[in-house]
Amino acid sequence: KKSAVVVILFFVLAALHQDTWNWNNKDLWLGFMPAGLGYHLIFSVVAALFWFLVSKFAWPHKTEEWAEQE
Amino acid sequence: MTTFFILVGYLLLLVGLGLLSSRFFKGTSADFFVVSRSVGSFLLLMSIFGTTMTGFALVGSTGKAFSSGIGVYGLMASWSGLIHSAVFFAVGIKLWAVGKRYGYVTQCEYFRDRFESPKLGYLLFPILVLLVIPYLLVGVIAAGKFIQPTTAGLFPEAFPMPTLPNGNPHPLNGGVPPAIGSGVICLIVLFYVFFGGLRGAVWANTFQTIVFMVTGLIAFIMISKNLGGLKEASEAVANSEFAQNRLAREGLIGKLEFLSYCFVPLSVGMFPHLFQHWLTAKSAKNFKLTVVAHPLFIMVVWVPCILIGIWAAAYLGPLGPGQTPNSVLGRMVGQLVHSPVLSGLVGAGVLAAIMSSLDSQFMCLGTMFTNDIVMKKFGAGRFTDTQKIWIARGFIMAVVAITYGLSIYLKDSAHVFDLGVWCFSGFAALFPLVFAAVYWKGVTKAGAYTSIIATVVVWCILFYNDIIAEKPEGMEDELLIGGMMPVTIMIAVSAVTLVGVSLFTKKPSQETIQKFFA
Repeated sequence: KKSAVVVILFFVLAALHQDTWNWNNKDLWLGFMPAGLGYHLIFSVVAALFWFLVSKFAWPHKTEEWAEQE
Repeated sequence: MTTFFILVGYLLLLVGLGLLSSRFFKGTSADFFVVSRSVGSFLLLMSIFGTTMTGFALVGSTGKAFSSGIGVYGLMASWSGLIHSAVFFAVGIKLWAVGKRYGYVTQCEYFRDRFESPKLGYLLFPILVLLVIPYLLVGVIAAGKFIQPTTAGLFPEAFPMPTLPNGNPHPLNGGVPPAIGSGVICLIVLFYVFFGGLRGAVWANTFQTIVFMVTGLIAFIMISKNLGGLKEASEAVANSEFAQNRLAREGLIGKLEFLSYCFVPLSVGMFPHLFQHWLTAKSAKNFKLTVVAHPLFIMVVWVPCILIGIWAAAYLGPLGPGQTPNSVLGRMVGQLVHSPVLSGLVGAGVLAAIMSSLDSQFMCLGTMFTNDIVMKKFGAGRFTDTQKIWIARGFIMAVVAITYGLSIYLKDSAHVFDLGVWCFSGFAALFPLVFAAVYWKGVTKAGAYTSIIATVVVWCILFYNDIIAEKPEGMEDELLIGGMMPVTIMIAVSAVTLVGVSLFTKKPSQETIQKFFA
């Protein structure tokens, strides 16, 4: 179940990233950051947060045990 | 001369690091090839990130943003941040586990056992080597070409260049020629890999990653300061007729091109040098930091370079004759920051980004020749551990010598730098093979052979059309098929043949299934 949730969330993130292609706001956030770059910057942080949650709740501990067996 | 001394100081620090790492060498082949599988979380993150980021991360990203605007970050950086971590998580940990359990050191060893075919290694080995060599060449040539303008004017008597027809001195007069610059870089990388094995590369990569991340940020701060501040620099882009379209992706990057770029980062699943780094981990838990921090590290390196690239479009305007987008970072530093110290630091940063990939690639090719060819041909039992290490060192020296020779021969070839994306595409096209090997019990030997051969054929056809064949007038520089990157076609062919043939051919034995999936 955890694997399925991780896969679904991963593809939701990928779809969200592809959707940023449509976002063509030319505003400057904080007066200097192009909005388009800002969106992707936030996306990078969200991606890191996603992998952080995966590492907390869906880490493949059994793989480690399997690797240690002779 | 200050710039030159900073570059020399950086290179001497690497030599010192190489000597230090060799003091920790345990004298075993496992230590030479995979650091005795003892690398912790921080060193794993730094070595994998340093290996993944090439000189393109600093120089190429700035130039690409100069040409195509801020959309380049989404195209190349944030896609990579998401996909690289996914590959490390889904494939890297699995391969680390089989490597640790069965003592594998190279990909071919794993694929031979997984597909019950000793000959599969002989098919895959030359493909992997031929895809790594151009990738190496790009780094070696880029290092030589970067050192020459950086040191221009320092040695006019030793390295004179003819005066230009208009009477002005040649801009590269007195610069260290590429043949010497590339040679020095190759020798220093060879030194710390030769004596320290992969530990030397891991330690050097950690140092180099810190260097190129810090120097990139310093360049960003200094350039923005000299443009009047962050706001003024970006407002100049908004007010520039030439540069303002760089503030959005619209009109510069197509929708399908943007989508199909997500396939390129899958290449990390088949890079032989990354495979070797994965095997160095002490435990699967050590991958956590790499998986989580990778998107953030990419952001720290790429965002400043993308901003410098669009600021350059406003500050420098259109490129003049003979100027390329790759010269943009150097020109911005040269024109805005009249500090030899900063020029030296940025130079060290660019060399660090280049060398942090070269060392792992040299190391992996030496490892592959030793384990996939010599040990396979004569039997590993015939050699002592010490002999294996010396055989690997011999191969590493040969690979460095051949790469250096080719770099001298091809240094003025117009297409060498176009090879990078083709190497990545080739590795990405082999990703279905490794993914199926790890997750699909039913993938067959026939499916693997067919997929590899079909991928090679498609790669050759598309490569010919892009690089070798004469292009019709008005055709784009970058080959797009139906608006998509060629890698899309390659991955589709690779996956369809792998699945299609595997469904109708003899399944692997129960013994093999037990070995890898029990």
